[in-house]
Amino acid sequence: MVRSAGDKLLDVFIIVCVGIFSLFCVLPMIHIFAMSFSGNRAIMSGEVFLWPVDWSFHSYTAVFGDMSMIRPLVLTVILVCVYTAIALAMTVMAAYALSRRQFRGKHIMFGLIVATMFFNPGIIPNYLLVKELGLIDSLWSLILPVMISAFHLIIMKTSFAQIPEELEDSAWMDGCGHFRFLLTIVLPLQLPILATIGLYSAVNRWNTFQDALFYINDKNLYPLQLKLYQMIINSQVNDATAQEGFSASTPIPQGIQSASIMFATVPILLVYPWLQKYFISGMLQGAVKG
Amino acid sequence: MAWFRRQWPLYVLMFLPMVYFLTFRYVPMGGVVVAFKDYNMFKGIWASEWVGLDVFREIFSMPEFYRAVRNTLMLNVFSLLTFPVPIILALLLNELRIQWYKRLNQTLLYLPHFISWVIVGGLAIRLLATNTGSVNQFLKSLGLSPIPFLENEWMWILTYTGAGVWHYAGWGGILYLAALTGINHELYEAAEVDGASRLRKIWHITLPGIRPTIIVLFILQIGHMADIGFEQPYALKNNYVMDVAQVISTYVYTVGIQSAQFAIATAIGLFQSVVGLILLLTAELISRKVNNQGIF
Repeated sequence: MVRSAGDKLLDVFIIVCVGIFSLFCVLPMIHIFAMSFSGNRAIMSGEVFLWPVDWSFHSYTAVFGDMSMIRPLVLTVILVCVYTAIALAMTVMAAYALSRRQFRGKHIMFGLIVATMFFNPGIIPNYLLVKELGLIDSLWSLILPVMISAFHLIIMKTSFAQIPEELEDSAWMDGCGHFRFLLTIVLPLQLPILATIGLYSAVNRWNTFQDALFYINDKNLYPLQLKLYQMIINSQVNDATAQEGFSASTPIPQGIQSASIMFATVPILLVYPWLQKYFISGMLQGAVKG
Repeated sequence: MAWFRRQWPLYVLMFLPMVYFLTFRYVPMGGVVVAFKDYNMFKGIWASEWVGLDVFREIFSMPEFYRAVRNTLMLNVFSLLTFPVPIILALLLNELRIQWYKRLNQTLLYLPHFISWVIVGGLAIRLLATNTGSVNQFLKSLGLSPIPFLENEWMWILTYTGAGVWHYAGWGGILYLAALTGINHELYEAAEVDGASRLRKIWHITLPGIRPTIIVLFILQIGHMADIGFEQPYALKNNYVMDVAQVISTYVYTVGIQSAQFAIATAIGLFQSVVGLILLLTAELISRKVNNQGIF
């Protein structure tokens, strides 16, 4: 097919439009990257745009030399690992049981679970429960209240239900019980959905801020995002309410702020491009609904 | 009994998840009774006295409450105005013929969705602050006057909305892209035979093809008009713009957790949940009428 000049022009127009929007998405990150590797003088004079000026690692040495940054990082890594393991185990258990035809009472239980998606009692009743359970200032407060996402459970249950009945019947013939069937047949077949849900859980906890702000007052237990919030946002803009002792007169150098932002984002940037297809499949399966 | 001998593991598997849902999802639903009590922390929830609707009377007489409701609706309306952006992005991506370029752009466009709101808030300060922000330093180097993106109330609303687009527009396009792959290719071929231009094909085939998706997502967003996330406004707000940035979720946090006025904060949250539930159910009904299928 011969394409007209107008068609080619349209092609160019589309390529440019998409390119501009993509740049809008990544330029802020690239700029922060450049700032984090630039010398102080260049930063202050506003010379840095998309590439570091006066290459220097001093911002990173400062961040990594600061135990008050390393501690939240280590805590967050532990939190992400423990949470992802627990969330996956619990979701698999429920999804498997609910996806079995022979499971009497599954409709009632499933209904109870789905109902929780429609009515959210709000911030305070959840807070009071966490408080009553004595979980304030405990990392468990960031794990237990959000252990299972009803949404993820529905996605996984739908996926588990697709396992052919014949497979289960023949496993029964061979004397295979539920536990062995789940561990040796279902899980290996369902690795993609496990990866998807696991990734969502991990990213969710890496980025956790809201519940940490609500439930964690002890500075020694701050996860990464809360630490960053106190360090960058609270100290700068809300100096009247700053809790960390930084006031407007002693702002944290921009290079260090930039390095801290990079430091909290790089793990996501590293992981995301390779696992993109799992993220996307999660989004789509969620949209297809249970 | 024979049945139970084989199926008991299912109940074992379901036990902990059910305990979880009952404890962490249903107990808080009971916790909303705090809104009808003179809650005293030392007495506990049950021993505190019932006060009927007194707490609600109190919140309906608080100007800050109306301000938070107004701001929530206003920010949501501005976000709703950006509803077409993911659709446009998906249409553009769909028209890209160079596959590697398409994939590269998809990766870049989806990326912001995985960046936390705290980081977005940090980026906003680094880039947009009036004195130290890079954008304003750039403007100043051109001899232009700086723009108070974060301090001026209307500019802040634009910043908030823009940050929302930055964070979600690319990712939101995925749903439309998926819907686009479902369009019958023969339609395009037939249109080509008839000599339809590309724009006409987009208008007459592509857009109608994703119409159901657009309608469902639009109604769903309307259904969430009374809800607002906590992290986006909280990470972007600052003391200069509290008149427009204090929304229901952040107000509940301030009143409840920071000032320990639990009854009032619970009542505000409950008000929001009930309005939200009504809106969602209405959205579902409308969707059934318009689209012949529900959202859920």
